[in-house]
Amino acid sequence: MKIGVPKEVFPDERRVATTPAAVEKLIRLGYEVAVETGAGEAADYSDDAYREAGAAIALDTTALWKESDIVLKVRAPMDHPGTHKHELDMIPEGAHLAGYIWPAQNPELLQRLADRKVTSFAIDALPRISRAQKMDALSAMANIAGYRAVIEAANQFGRFFTGQVTAAGKVPPAKVLVIGAGVAGLAAIGTANSMGAVVRAFDTRLEVKEQVESMGAEFLELDFGDEEGSGGGGYAKQMSDEFIKAEMALFAEQAKEVDIIITTALIPGKPAPKLITADMVKSMKPGSVIVDLASERGGNCELTEPGKVSEHHGVKLIGYTDLPSRMAKVASDLYATNLVHLMTELTPEKDGQPSVNMDDAVIRGLTVSHQGDVTWPPPQPEEPANKPAPGTEEPSPKAQAKPAPSPGRKLAGKLTLLAVTVLALYGVGAYAPESFLSHFTVFVLACFIGWQVIWNVTASLHTPLMSVTNAISGIIVIGALLHLAQAENAAVSVLSFIAVLIAMINVSGGFRVTHRMLKMFHR
Amino acid sequence: MSPGLISVAYVAASILFILSLGGLSHQESARRGNWYGVAGIIIAIGATIAGFGLGDLTAVIVAMVLGIAIGLPMANKVEMTQMPQLVALLHSFVGLAAVLVGFSSYIEPLVIMVGAEHVIKLVEVYLGIFIGAVTFTGSLVACGKLDGRIDSKALTLPGRHWMNLAAVVVAVILGGWFLGTDSMVVGIILLVVMTLIAAALGVHLIMAIGGADMPVVVSMLNSYSGWAAAAIGFMLGNDLLIVTGALVGSSGAILSYIMCKAMNRSFISVILGGFGQTSSSSTASDGDQTVHETSVDELAEELRNADSVIIVPGYGMAVAQAQNGVSEITKSLRDRGVKVRFGIHPVAGRLPGHMNVLLAEAHVPYDIVLEMDEINDDFPETDVVLVIGANDTVNPAAAEDPTSPIAGMPVLEVWKARQVVILKRGMATGYSGVENPLFFKDNSLMLFGDAKESVDKLMGALRG
Repeated sequence: MKIGVPKEVFPDERRVATTPAAVEKLIRLGYEVAVETGAGEAADYSDDAYREAGAAIALDTTALWKESDIVLKVRAPMDHPGTHKHELDMIPEGAHLAGYIWPAQNPELLQRLADRKVTSFAIDALPRISRAQKMDALSAMANIAGYRAVIEAANQFGRFFTGQVTAAGKVPPAKVLVIGAGVAGLAAIGTANSMGAVVRAFDTRLEVKEQVESMGAEFLELDFGDEEGSGGGGYAKQMSDEFIKAEMALFAEQAKEVDIIITTALIPGKPAPKLITADMVKSMKPGSVIVDLASERGGNCELTEPGKVSEHHGVKLIGYTDLPSRMAKVASDLYATNLVHLMTELTPEKDGQPSVNMDDAVIRGLTVSHQGDVTWPPPQPEEPANKPAPGTEEPSPKAQAKPAPSPGRKLAGKLTLLAVTVLALYGVGAYAPESFLSHFTVFVLACFIGWQVIWNVTASLHTPLMSVTNAISGIIVIGALLHLAQAENAAVSVLSFIAVLIAMINVSGGFRVTHRMLKMFHR
Repeated sequence: MSPGLISVAYVAASILFILSLGGLSHQESARRGNWYGVAGIIIAIGATIAGFGLGDLTAVIVAMVLGIAIGLPMANKVEMTQMPQLVALLHSFVGLAAVLVGFSSYIEPLVIMVGAEHVIKLVEVYLGIFIGAVTFTGSLVACGKLDGRIDSKALTLPGRHWMNLAAVVVAVILGGWFLGTDSMVVGIILLVVMTLIAAALGVHLIMAIGGADMPVVVSMLNSYSGWAAAAIGFMLGNDLLIVTGALVGSSGAILSYIMCKAMNRSFISVILGGFGQTSSSSTASDGDQTVHETSVDELAEELRNADSVIIVPGYGMAVAQAQNGVSEITKSLRDRGVKVRFGIHPVAGRLPGHMNVLLAEAHVPYDIVLEMDEINDDFPETDVVLVIGANDTVNPAAAEDPTSPIAGMPVLEVWKARQVVILKRGMATGYSGVENPLFFKDNSLMLFGDAKESVDKLMGALRG
């Protein structure tokens, strides 16, 4: 089958759906690959590079679409400014299409895909389970957006990020507040931190505190009882009014203090929450910067103008909506790899024939139209994947519980054991002579020490443990020595002589072989 | 040397032994632990000999020198793959020594006792010899099985449980008689008969246990050898022997428990033996039963393109001596930036920790060698899993098929990885004799052939 990769036509879109490295992998899966001329130019991939990787270069847009069985794209299909046709009018019926589709926001497009009998894979509708992480383009792009947000902020910010003491005076470090600690937020925290800024972060989900701290930021907590903002599947949910009030008070207080605010707050299926009011912007120091990563969905700041940098009350507001595209090369690399993983899942036989296995939870989740039907949302509706959040793994059901013996029987068994132990101890205490008892005490205590010590032994050293205990149990040589040295009877001499001999084999051999083994363990 | 000084020396030796075992909790401190053990035994022997005064020590010295002269070269020569045999053999020595010391002590008691103390001492002699004899012959059989000199299949004689029970009952009856008799000759005859019975019991017990249960058996015998030493300690009234025996005994018991847990079997069922004889009747699941084969070149390509690889070695790797090749592949892949780790099942191999020792010998860094619990969750994010000579420990039937004989045994969930490649000689079943559905999974590829040859060829392909 033939994979076609057209040039993106969305204004200012610099990314491309495949890279030369990815082309090689697609060919290895059994596909032919054609790339539209100039498709990778904005991402610094020349036609020649694709050609070298084995792709054909298509000069004509319409022909590329017409001849493709599978189309890999970044942006959702739209009117093509060059051919003045909608991209979906150029795709053959029954073909496959992978890319961003945003099924929730684009019902008409979805219907159109179904009408055209296109099997479409919405990479943005990928179920967020660990098996699917290698295809998670949203996280990959969010990571880039978070990094770029800090770079854009630095570009607009008139000071160093890191504090410095120079001959010309002392420069304080920049203070950065990151709101929302999803993938983008965490990436922003990491970047700002590595540039030397003092970073604080806030998120309604308390569970991300550890992740925030691991990236080097201080986690701001609201003293707010039990309310927790985790909405399942790693997403945030809408909070109560009181919570929001307290949250806003925190932001107002922080706004006066920090130099840079980066907001990444989104709630699935809702417009972005307004977290930074005009008053807060006004209260910020002149020269401060706000980067609003939610600007495409209305913005977290009241004054954000999507797609632009604007200035209000001396504060620069960055509302770019194309941050990943601004780093087209790495964005294309990661996105192309996500798509290669998707194609690998779709072609288990590596024969260049995609098979859409609708029983596979991952494939089912991201297939939004199939054989003329709209197949979105998937049967057990999952939250639409609009806002990336980190590490949301499905709990793996552990091995099923074994049928346990009935509690009554178990208890009876335990009681019997206890009774026997008590009787045995009583017997020993009542009838055994003094000398035996002192040895008995030593014995029991030694058993307990052994029990404690051995549990600490690491599993990888179990073999040395056996050989060293073996050597130590050669201590029986002492018994043999006592007999041998004091033997008067010839038979005893012979017996104990042999005993000493073999016990010494044990001692020397055991320690020697343990030493040999332990010498091999190295980091 | 005064008795007080000897006691103090024995206390020091006991502490050194405890420190020695404690040292094994980490690789870093393990070597020091071994030296503590050596120091302990030297102090103990030194104090014991010094306690005799200036008697004739020729026999003592000759015996010790001979023992060392045999023990050291033996330990120097042994291959790491033969470690299980060696350990089993050393166990048998402890057992034999216990028997011999027991007899000596009966014939020529070091301390004369009367009344209840005398009876207790006789019980101790009897018990020490019994445990020692079972350990002796049992370990020899285990050693033979591990070495391949004895068929490792479980030998199941009809009514074998009754035979074992009968042996124990007869031993107890003889014991009663032994306590009652005043005649030394009768006593010795009874002891010899009991020793023979115990020896037969040891042989029969271990013969009935299949090869897959050997890790349990070896650690169990380890435990027995400890209890034998402790029994001798009671007999001689020597606290050092008691402490050491108890340490070793509980160590072996814990190891046995860990191994049983890893196989999801009760200790009793392992001891009763016969596992692996239940015919491989697990009905083949319906669906296609074709295996997909792969070639060395394809596998090399697959590994080169992988981001993360987990290698799961089993007894097959040890048999084929493939660990050095595996180590080279690991190094080569790591140099390429591929994340390579090892997943070790607790009962992989024939001895607890067997795989770790082999990999360490081949210079695989220990921090990439992980236990089952540490690595099981990572399989879904792994590109390629290489199963080298492992079978039952990666059998999905244990987790998925409740009717399987190994159902519920914790296994390495290799089938969750994107691709599993199994290096195997043929389609034979593992020691448990259970069919392995892993081979028929869609993401499984088989690479047939001797593990060492395959691994060496793979290394060549990776270089080329």
